[in-house]
Amino acid sequence: MYETNFHKAATAQEAAALLNASEDGKILAGGQTLIPTMKQRLADPTDVIDLSGAADLRGINISGDQVTIGAMVTHAEVAGHAALAALCPSISQLAANIGDPSVRHRGTIGGSLANNDPAADYPAAVLALNARIRTSLREIAADDYFEGMFTTALEDHEIITAISFTAPTQGGYGKFPNPASRYAMAGVFVAKSADGTVRVAVTGASEDGVHRHGGLEAALSADWSASAVDGVEISSDGLLSDLHGNAEYRANLIKVMTKRALG
Amino acid sequence: MKIAMTVNGKSVSRDVADNTLLVEYIRDNLRLTGTHVGCDTSQCGACVVHVDGKAMKSCTMLAASAEGAAVTTVEGLAKSKDDLHPMQVAFKENHGLQCGFCTPGMIMTATDMVARYQLEGKTLTEESIRHELEGNICRCTGYHNIVKSIADGASKMTSV
Repeated sequence: MYETNFHKAATAQEAAALLNASEDGKILAGGQTLIPTMKQRLADPTDVIDLSGAADLRGINISGDQVTIGAMVTHAEVAGHAALAALCPSISQLAANIGDPSVRHRGTIGGSLANNDPAADYPAAVLALNARIRTSLREIAADDYFEGMFTTALEDHEIITAISFTAPTQGGYGKFPNPASRYAMAGVFVAKSADGTVRVAVTGASEDGVHRHGGLEAALSADWSASAVDGVEISSDGLLSDLHGNAEYRANLIKVMTKRALG
Repeated sequence: MKIAMTVNGKSVSRDVADNTLLVEYIRDNLRLTGTHVGCDTSQCGACVVHVDGKAMKSCTMLAASAEGAAVTTVEGLAKSKDDLHPMQVAFKENHGLQCGFCTPGMIMTATDMVARYQLEGKTLTEESIRHELEGNICRCTGYHNIVKSIADGASKMTSV
């Protein structure tokens, strides 16, 4: 790892100030991607600003069907939150299957969204749930937030503070994990809101990262069932082909994972 | 920078570089070499320790992030050489190792998993043990006896 200057911020505001003052600083949330990347010398930040001491970024808040999850809430905390599991079991189940137990104890929802790995799980949930991403500067709608592989609408010195969404009336997540990395080779989050709107988000499969699937949304709007998925054409255009599976294989996985998401 | 924490119940403090990993702090500065490094990619779990009671990969966090934390390494489990932790006894009795390199991480992951399942009142089945071991690699592929050891250790554990 290259040399760096470590700072621990007590609040999101302090972190933003430290980031602003640094030459080429990086925010450290759970570090489950950043630290391995720095160890490989693929990242070389002049400063690392650790958010683990920022109490204002912690906590899960539930009010009626409104859910707010602090950016520094870990995957284990999301998975283990009883009230959240009762209101929105799909996101609890998603969090319980990210990485492995040690990663879930340290990795955070804010870190996952800021990184926007094309095979990460949370981006699918956030996009399908039509969540709002609160930052140190503003609030960003999920549809405006994800801009392709490892790319988001976040400005250089902008920090995610919380994620909020309205719990869906029905929802689910189907994931085919790569057996070695546990990242999604295809993950599909389906959500139906109280007004009947259906949103379907796909992660892991596309060259452009997480995206919504119009065909699946239309089919499930008409008929919220696994059999409705059968007639949907899933194009392999723009899907990933790598040593783990080609684009046609991933297109089929999207269909199968959508069915699993529907239970 | 000066980094202080509690390791295995003892207060420690060392002056180290900002980019020191927690595993380097534990092994190189404290000379507690029970915690192992088995990969360069955060995948193998040989370095798992408990930070404030939770299993974490000490190779995937900075020592500075653990400032003020209570850390338990594999050396901190046994009361003495003759009074091993029930999970250590279970690994010994069930031959839960081949070369032994991954064993410290396996045991730290095992004690964390059993404690969590006991706290939540859930039963640890063979299937759930295998699922919980996703972050720990035994390169000898000796998983069968590791799983047996953890099941046995779980039946003997009343607390971590």
